[in-house]
Amino acid sequence: MATEFDNFHEMRHCALLANKVFIQRDYSQGTACRFQTKFPLELNSRMEQALFAETVKTLNSYYAEAEEIGGQSYLEGCLACATAYIIFLCLETRYEKVLKKISGYIQEQNEKIYAPRGLLLTDPTERGMRVIEISVFEDHCSGSSSPSSSCNGSSSSAMSGDCGTR
Amino acid sequence: MSAVMITRKVRKWEKLPGKNTFCCDGRVMMARQKGVFYLTLFLIVGTCALFFAFECPYLAIHLSPTIPVFAVVLFLFVMAMLLRTSFSDPGVLPRALPEEASFIEMEIEAANGNVPAGQRPPPRIRNVQINNQIVKLKYCYTCKIFRPPRASHCSICDNCVDRFDHHCPWVGNCVGKRNYRFFYLFTLSLSLLTIYIFTFDIVHVVMQNHAGSFLISLKMCASTVLEVLVCFFTLWSVVGLTGFHTYLISLNQTTNEDIKGSWSGKNRVQNPYSHKNIMKNCSEILCGPTYPSVLDRRGVMQDDSPSLTTPATPSSTSDSTVPQTTKPTAPLIPNEQTPDDAKPSIAASTEISTSLTEEGEESAAHRVPPLASPETDAEASIAKAAAQ
Repeated sequence: MATEFDNFHEMRHCALLANKVFIQRDYSQGTACRFQTKFPLELNSRMEQALFAETVKTLNSYYAEAEEIGGQSYLEGCLACATAYIIFLCLETRYEKVLKKISGYIQEQNEKIYAPRGLLLTDPTERGMRVIEISVFEDHCSGSSSPSSSCNGSSSSAMSGDCGTR
Repeated sequence: MSAVMITRKVRKWEKLPGKNTFCCDGRVMMARQKGVFYLTLFLIVGTCALFFAFECPYLAIHLSPTIPVFAVVLFLFVMAMLLRTSFSDPGVLPRALPEEASFIEMEIEAANGNVPAGQRPPPRIRNVQINNQIVKLKYCYTCKIFRPPRASHCSICDNCVDRFDHHCPWVGNCVGKRNYRFFYLFTLSLSLLTIYIFTFDIVHVVMQNHAGSFLISLKMCASTVLEVLVCFFTLWSVVGLTGFHTYLISLNQTTNEDIKGSWSGKNRVQNPYSHKNIMKNCSEILCGPTYPSVLDRRGVMQDDSPSLTTPATPSSTSDSTVPQTTKPTAPLIPNEQTPDDAKPSIAASTEISTSLTEEGEESAAHRVPPLASPETDAEASIAKAAAQ
């Protein structure tokens, strides 16, 4: 895992943000948090459809677990109401626990699957739970493009600035 | 004098768009106009203070000491619910970052095709099917997103709020997905408190003047008169509001949808969110999961602000808003916390690379000119007028 991590940082230093793909929400079953499993065409050349589907399905199952209305959520709700919701200052809600799990899962997926393919998953929580943002990076380590063109001004100026200093 | 860029660390709430006010370094989030909220606080605290000071000693001695104890418990619950409703994030949807906004624009243009010059482009609407019902998602020109179902843009707070109910000036905040149950519990407990105080005021008057004639029984002290007056007028409005929201909860509707008549039944339009079971609808809203805030208020970001002063070292711009304990690799994308949570955000080391990109986007977001004309949102103002 340490080697993959180092590779990821190595890649970051000579990678330029080329594109961002947004996986939209799937509202067909209501307002619960669920993302579309449709494979975006921009990733066709980058990764296998099965891996992508697996990632989104797992994320959907985590969100379903977080938003499940059942015995545990009733208990949590009633207990919290009885204490005028002050108990949430000390305890973590179930949703927060699952969000932490999701964050860990996304990190793991990035390290194992997405980073080696020049991609980066962003946690949907950082985008208001609206989209799963996948950043597509171009590798400029080989020096095939001139430094001036690879460090053009774009919204990823921070990244290209990084590239420029090397 | 030269212009230099001073980079300083600020909390994200300082740079959030929208017309909210933040307190306690981003932990508290309210609307801009708080005058009516202070009035609510004054009325509740003032009336209860009079009750505890003047009625309770008599009632504790002549009836039972449990009466003031229960009143105290009820009062504390009301205050807790009021403050929770007023201070928490109602479910604000953060605005789209430039890449997402341009991605959506591209999708819209692709869907609309070539519009002949001079003709108005078609309205930006996306149709989704929810439980065999077609729901139209409208595009928000301010937030540059297609609003999720049941979300609406509040023109007072200038934010899109998920499951928008209404903007309540009495609590000084919007009522949305995250704080609807607190709002409902507030109105319910306030109704109970009002009825309780009103009842025991009458009991007190009757008991004190039991022996005397009708004229003597009218001799009430000023505090009792005041309490009875406040409670009488509050009863009608708050009890009515509680009843209305109980009706809405049982049907799984929001005030916004009720006012617009979205699911009124004409054209065979049914509410796709209702479980068709009163108990299920109630349990979903009152006992459902507590959604965390997706609006990052307490995260730290770099702020590149130009300054027309002689160059100063970055360390000397010691910002009072940034605590000294913030580490240099402070998280820009921390895990989400509940609004009243005082625990600091947890840093994720592999997200440093994304955090660098985030900085560029955050500052760039304010320099991107609006892509389309702003939308005047009539629905929020109708909701506001109805709630007042």
